[in-house]
Amino acid sequence: MKLPTLSPRRLLAIGRKEALQLRRDPRSLVMAFAYPALMIVFFGYVITFDIRDINLAVLDQDRTPRSRELVEAFQAAGYFRVTERLSRYQDLQPLLDRGAVRLALVIPPGFQRDLAAGRPAAVQALVDGADANTAAIALNYAGAIVTAYSARVALRAAQQRAPVVPQSRVWYNETLESSNMIVPGLVAVIMMVIAAMLSALTVAREWERGTMEQLAATPVHRVEVILGKLLPYLGIGLVDVVAAVLVGQLLFQVPFRGSPVLLIGLATLFLIGALGLGIFISAAVKSQLLATQTSLLATYLPSLLLSGLIFDLASMPLVLRLISHLVPARYFIVVLRGIFLKGVGVGVLWTQGLAMIAFAVVGLTLAVRSFRKEIA
Amino acid sequence: MTQPAISLRGLTRRFGDLAAVDGLTFDVVPGELFGLVGPDGAGKTTTLRMLAGVLRPTGGDALVGGVSVARDPEGVKHRIAYMSQRFGLYTDLTVRENIDFYADLYQVPDAERPARLERLYRFSNLGSFEHRLAGQLSGGMKQKLGLCCALVHHPEILLLDEPTFGVDPISRRDLWLILHEMVAQGVTVFVSTSYLDEAERCDHVALLNRGKVIALDRPAALQDGLQGEMLAVRASDGRRALALLRSLPGVRRAALFGDTIHVTLGARERDWPGVRDALERAGVGLEATHQIEPGLEDVFMERVEP
Repeated sequence: MKLPTLSPRRLLAIGRKEALQLRRDPRSLVMAFAYPALMIVFFGYVITFDIRDINLAVLDQDRTPRSRELVEAFQAAGYFRVTERLSRYQDLQPLLDRGAVRLALVIPPGFQRDLAAGRPAAVQALVDGADANTAAIALNYAGAIVTAYSARVALRAAQQRAPVVPQSRVWYNETLESSNMIVPGLVAVIMMVIAAMLSALTVAREWERGTMEQLAATPVHRVEVILGKLLPYLGIGLVDVVAAVLVGQLLFQVPFRGSPVLLIGLATLFLIGALGLGIFISAAVKSQLLATQTSLLATYLPSLLLSGLIFDLASMPLVLRLISHLVPARYFIVVLRGIFLKGVGVGVLWTQGLAMIAFAVVGLTLAVRSFRKEIA
Repeated sequence: MTQPAISLRGLTRRFGDLAAVDGLTFDVVPGELFGLVGPDGAGKTTTLRMLAGVLRPTGGDALVGGVSVARDPEGVKHRIAYMSQRFGLYTDLTVRENIDFYADLYQVPDAERPARLERLYRFSNLGSFEHRLAGQLSGGMKQKLGLCCALVHHPEILLLDEPTFGVDPISRRDLWLILHEMVAQGVTVFVSTSYLDEAERCDHVALLNRGKVIALDRPAALQDGLQGEMLAVRASDGRRALALLRSLPGVRRAALFGDTIHVTLGARERDWPGVRDALERAGVGLEATHQIEPGLEDVFMERVEP
């Protein structure tokens, strides 16, 4: 195949025209700037796995210093808030039914006596399992508190020091804030969705408005059309990336430890791929409405669900795991978390870098191939 | 002999079973104003799209400026300017931005631009609307802007698909003046229209019906070729009169144009008295009658309904 001789002048003319149209189209501007901001704030606050201040009901049937000690241990851990102190077992169920408390701690009579006698003392934890995720976390916390308490009791009885004391330290996300994990990953989802949806409009709009027929009758090369159309959207996408980094830092206190240059470079590749995908869909369906919907479907759900942003990929069924390898956001999320939290460079991220290059090449090729300067 | 500017050789486009354009074969002489004339659905737009290289023929070929539209549609696009029937410019760009955009696409050198722009503004009178959005122009001004963008480079061949469709009479006249000026400067202009009065302004016309050329000549020659004499008749009941006329011996053809019936007779002196008597016997009142020169409409009617 003969390589086309591209004219920078024509390419820039397409880009400038597209930018002028964008500037005069409030709908596109909202989608380009307001929508990503809304998404990052919204998702950043909504998607959280940090569970604090779990409402706890306590039914202390023992009423001894030891039983009060255990309740205090729950309060001191910082995860539970004792909102109800009950005296009758049958009062528990209505509270759990209404969701007024998530966890109920029942300390049976004889708790202190059993401890003193060196017998196993049982306590009961009732948990509202309607939200399995929160329930599991609450039970884990409760289990840990009880274990720590019983260790203390045992040691006190034996007048010994603990034989093994775990000293754990968390790396990269020291405070274990889930926003530190979510916000960088969100940038990938937002970029993917916005880029594909914005560019999905461009070619279809020209077909719908009848401007494509006129454009197709000029000597402009299709590569010039595609690259020209890409330029302004690439600019918008990069502005969005920088804005997202700033919002992440200022609003969610997400650290940024890596190289901004590397991030911009890889983000550019990722954006080219996403924009190419949008243009491909746009050129294929030739209708703005259909193109937007197709783009949303093709980018939003996979990027959100199969990218490892929210759900752990390793625990997914094999088929979904295999599909997830085709989701570009999966790789970009690794890049983002790596650069934001770990401050790693190309040495670690080179496989993801290759994935970004592949995505950009595939996106552009699809876009150029699908675009014909021809009617029907 | 000079090479034709446009040469159609069995140019065909099928959409499924339908041949929208069916084996067109004719030449367009360089520097002439050529009219492709026919009713809606005759295949005018399909023909022009193929000549402009934006629609692939399914059969035959056409050489535009010597370049094959079937084999090298992109090569054709360097030689032509094309104006689609539907307004094809950007309504959210200003007049000037649209012109600049097309000047960039055709790589018009910067040095030549001011002179070109001045010339375009002179014939189109769009200079004072330079900063108005194209979407806010009137129909006639939109078409003039379309011409400006088409003529911003110096095309050898100008292809125009119904440029006066939906345009007010004054703008129509202006547009035709521009076309004549282009022809005077040596540009070959190929224009489609469904207005037969416009076709009479062309050097040559091809009458197109259902994808086929039914007549091809100078407008005057086509009109001369009509046999017999023609009367314009206004009757009290046009539809009944038309049906009656068509049944009468001596009437070769009768066609209704608005409230007037064009009646073609073999010879007026010989045939008219009998026809008139027959109408009066049937109770159809004749309001006015005069002899006329046949127009292209009559040619068209004759060819379509032989």
